[in-house]
Amino acid sequence: MTDSALRELADDPSSRKRFFKMMGGAGAVSAFGVLLAACGDDDKKDTASTPAAADDDAKQKDDGAKGDIAILNYALTLEFLEAEFYAKVIDSGIVKDKKVAAIATKFGETEQEHVDALKATIKKLGGKPVSAPKTKFEETIDKGLMTVLETAADVENLGAAAYLGAAGRIKNKDVLAAALSIHSVEARHAAALNQLLGRGFGGKGGLKGTLPDGAFAKGMDEASVLAAVKPFLA
Amino acid sequence: MASSRLVAPELATIDIKGTTREAFLIRATLAAGATYGALSATPYITKALAQDGGGDVDILNFALTLEYLEAEFYTRAVAQVKGLSGDEMKLAKELRDNEDEHVDALAATVKKLGGTPAKKPSLDFGAAFANRTSFLKTANTLEDAGVSAYNGAGPLIKSVDVLAAAGSIVQIEARHAALIRLIRSKPPAPLAFDKPATMDAILAKIKPFIG
Repeated sequence: MTDSALRELADDPSSRKRFFKMMGGAGAVSAFGVLLAACGDDDKKDTASTPAAADDDAKQKDDGAKGDIAILNYALTLEFLEAEFYAKVIDSGIVKDKKVAAIATKFGETEQEHVDALKATIKKLGGKPVSAPKTKFEETIDKGLMTVLETAADVENLGAAAYLGAAGRIKNKDVLAAALSIHSVEARHAAALNQLLGRGFGGKGGLKGTLPDGAFAKGMDEASVLAAVKPFLA
Repeated sequence: MASSRLVAPELATIDIKGTTREAFLIRATLAAGATYGALSATPYITKALAQDGGGDVDILNFALTLEYLEAEFYTRAVAQVKGLSGDEMKLAKELRDNEDEHVDALAATVKKLGGTPAKKPSLDFGAAFANRTSFLKTANTLEDAGVSAYNGAGPLIKSVDVLAAAGSIVQIEARHAALIRLIRSKPPAPLAFDKPATMDAILAKIKPFIG
C-alpha cells in the first residue's frame, strides 16, 4: 500500500525546509503530529498483507473510513482549487502591492500544504486521492485585482463553510482534529481577505450563504459548495 | 484517561455545587426516569457515569469560561483603553458583542443538556489595558488560545449538534484572531494547521487572568 506520501514529505529536505520556514519549527511538528496521528491506526495493517489483514481493512473501511475518505477527497478538491488559484494569481503578476502579494503567496503556500496533507491522509486511510480538477481562473484574473481579491475572499469563506458543514459527518476523531485545524485557518484567510476588501470582519455583503452574519458561522452542505465552485471548473 | 487529561478538576466542579457529579447525574436521571419511565433510567446512569466527567456539558462549561473571559476582556477594554483608532474601537465593540452572544448561547446549551452553566470567574487582566499595544497583544493571545481550545475540544464532543455549535463559534474566534493579528502587522494565519490545545494547556495560559 502506498502510504509513504506523508513520510516523503517529512523526509524530503526541500519540502520539509519549505514547511518549516512557513510554519516555524514547533508548528510544523504539531501539524505533522496531527496528521500522523490521523493515520496511525493503519500502520500495523500495512505491514501485514495477509488475506486476514485485508479483511480487517475492508471491515475498517465499511466502518466509517469510506465516508471519511470521501469527505477528505471533497476537501482535497477544494484545496486544489484554492492552491491553483493563488498560484495563477501570483504568476499573472496582477498583484503589485507588496503586502497583498505577501499575503497571497503565503495563503497559496498554506493551501498547498493542505493539499499535500490531505493527499497523504487519504492514502494512509487506504483511499485514492482525487486528481486536481481542471480550472479556469483566467477570466477572473483578467477582470482585475478587485475581482481577484473578491474571488479569493469568496473561495476562502466557502472553504471555511465547507469544513464546518462536513465536520459533523467525520467518523475518525483524528481526521476530525485535522479537519478542524484546517477549518480555522481557512477562516483566518477569509477574515483577512474580507478585511482587505472592507467587507467587515464577518464579510457582510459577500458571497451569499457562506459568510457568518454575526457571532456564529454557518456551515454549508457539499452539494451547495460544489455548485458554488462550478464556475471555476473547466 | 482522556477526560482526566483534558478536563480540569476545577472546572469539573463548577456545574455541580454542593454535590458530587455522581449525585448530580443520578438526580438528573431520576428526573428523566420520572418522565420516560423508571426502566429507562438505569442504562442512562451507567452510560453517563462511564463518561468519567468528560462529557459535553464539561466541555461546554470550559468553553463558557473562556467566552466569559473574552467578553469581559473586551467590555473592560472598550471602557479603559486609550489611543484606539475609530475603526479599532468599533472592532473591539463588535468582538465584545460576539463574545457576549457566545456566552449566552453556551449557557443556554448547557441548560438544554441538563447541566448548570459555569459561573463567571472573577477576572484580572493586569496591565493589559494600559495602552493600545498591550491591549492588542493580550487580545491576540486570547483569540489564538480560543481557537486552539475549541480545536482541541472538538473531537471529544459526543453530540453532533454540540460539535456544530462549537464549530460555528471557533470559526468566529479564528476570524477575530486574524483581524487582531492584521492590526498588529502580524501574519493573520501564521500556521498552515492551527494547533489544537488541551484544556490543561489553555487553563495554564489563562490562569494569570483568573483573579
